[in-house]
Amino acid sequence: MLVNWLKRIGTYLLVLLGLSILVFIIGRVIPGDPARQALGPRAPEEVVQALRVEMHLDKPFVTQYVLWLKGALRMDLGKSLMTRRPVIVDIKEFLPATLEIVSISALFMVLGGILLGILSTKYADSWLDGVIRVISYLGIVSPAFVWAIIFILIFGYMLPLFPTTGRLGLSIISPPTVTGMYTIDFLLNGDIVGFKDALSHLLLPAIALMLGGLAQAARITRSSMTENSTKDYILAEKAYGIPERTILLTYLLKPSLIPTVSVLSLDIAALFGNAFLVEQLFNYPGLSRYGMQAMLNKDLNAMSAVVMILGIVFITVNILSDMVVAYLDPRVRLLGGGNE
Amino acid sequence: MNNKQEKVVTKRDKYENIKQSWYKFSLNKMSVVGLVVVCLVAILGVFEPIIAPFPTHVGAYVNFKEASIPPNTTYWMGTDVFGRDIMSRIFYAFRGALTMGIGVLVVVVPLGGILGLIAGYWKGNWISTLIMRVTDVFLALPPLILALAVSAILRPTLLNSMMAICVSWWPWYTRLIYGMTTTLRNELYVKSAELLGASKGHILFREILPNCLGPLFTKMTLDMGWVILTGASLSFVGLGEQPPIPSLGTMVSDGAKFLPAQWWIAIFPALAIMVIVLGFNLMGDGIKDMLSSEE
Repeated sequence: MLVNWLKRIGTYLLVLLGLSILVFIIGRVIPGDPARQALGPRAPEEVVQALRVEMHLDKPFVTQYVLWLKGALRMDLGKSLMTRRPVIVDIKEFLPATLEIVSISALFMVLGGILLGILSTKYADSWLDGVIRVISYLGIVSPAFVWAIIFILIFGYMLPLFPTTGRLGLSIISPPTVTGMYTIDFLLNGDIVGFKDALSHLLLPAIALMLGGLAQAARITRSSMTENSTKDYILAEKAYGIPERTILLTYLLKPSLIPTVSVLSLDIAALFGNAFLVEQLFNYPGLSRYGMQAMLNKDLNAMSAVVMILGIVFITVNILSDMVVAYLDPRVRLLGGGNE
Repeated sequence: MNNKQEKVVTKRDKYENIKQSWYKFSLNKMSVVGLVVVCLVAILGVFEPIIAPFPTHVGAYVNFKEASIPPNTTYWMGTDVFGRDIMSRIFYAFRGALTMGIGVLVVVVPLGGILGLIAGYWKGNWISTLIMRVTDVFLALPPLILALAVSAILRPTLLNSMMAICVSWWPWYTRLIYGMTTTLRNELYVKSAELLGASKGHILFREILPNCLGPLFTKMTLDMGWVILTGASLSFVGLGEQPPIPSLGTMVSDGAKFLPAQWWIAIFPALAIMVIVLGFNLMGDGIKDMLSSEE
């Protein structure tokens, strides 16, 4: 088993290396002349030439890549053209905000999706099931940015219950940085007012982000539970007189969650993608908004760094989901079957 | 299959087949709704110059006298800040959306599919390992982020945003076909074809591929919706079709600036996106029902 995990970690490291090549190609090779791209057509030639030397563009591709990777490993990701600061400083500032929003969103998505799935299995073919199905379709087909706009419209103007921009209210001073996630920092500091304010700023963007994934998780959980409910072991448990509730929540739910977990891990990745648009709309200063602006401004250093970091986060989420699947599925755990 | 056998399938059998498939498809009324929606969108998009009430409004048309009019009997979905009919512009944007969906799938399905066939059939070989590792790398990024990154670097046009989506989309097909091929290559009919000395091309495309078509078609139908949605996300941030040519994403992002007073500018294009994706989703479910072998 240990060998299996080591093998898997080896594969992930290989993927990570491949990812760095891909990101390098996107950031440095496709644009033609990245220095000219970054500075714009009106920049004087000497300045562009200086940047070329600074970015090692005068050397062959392979050397460029090795230098870039070496820098990245030493946390030196170059300078951002937008903020004029080292990219790593920007990332330290913006990454916690995005992690905060995505974790809350993922939490809602996982719990909500599975709960809705269980409810619609328990009350299959009743009105509740129907309502959940309609909600699922709506959730799946509307992009996160549409939800964001609808929420801003409803809560920003009609029912001003929640704030629709930024991370904190004007009267609230940001907490001393420990983790960079405001809600946690406020709690560590024992500041309940600040905590509430930070949380209320998170709520709308987090919900807008996760509705699609929530709907998908609910649908998959329902169909997988319905499929498993006709299996022999469930029938046997029913015959033994085990209460319906226990069967549903213990014996039926656990194996049925396997496909849900796989889908959820993809959906968590999609949260990071959609955060690119949603953070922008809510004016939420996170890594995704930073990445989005880097892309629109052709700030290649910042862009490569953000894409690389999100790739690492995504791969980590994948490892975690593999672990959860191994926990849920004894076949994977004991035989080391995994994806094969 | 040789020609003789094919002739045995008479016209009548074919008709029966179609009838049966349609029966399975139409068992779920929602699938039929999906099909109708998709056809409607296609008709509106293709015949936009004839159907749209104001075909000239799709370009750089300006009429400030009629600007920002709420929905009424002349302009069913109102007009935008330049006085252009929103409904006509949505119809035109359907064109871009469908072009985007079809264009991406035309590139991605053969490319991803063939790579998947090769990797699946020669599993264990270095070429298979190479293909699947590269696929893993592309799958290590959320598709929207990869598409955004690539299209941000290229000049913003419809074609370039399609290319960017292709880059992030092909590995899903490789993964799908790879998974199926690794199972199918051990089937008896594949083994017999190998024994008879059939060429690799024959085995891959005539024996294995036809048995992958069911899930492939289902995924393609669903993906039409997702590709269009991703395209709308790209154009939402300005990385797609450029103004004045209308695209759904741009219309939503431009309209969002005038919320809530002039809600119709953003809400109708947003609804249009939802309707298209819903249509393909429902239709995809129907096709899944139709092609599944279970009764």
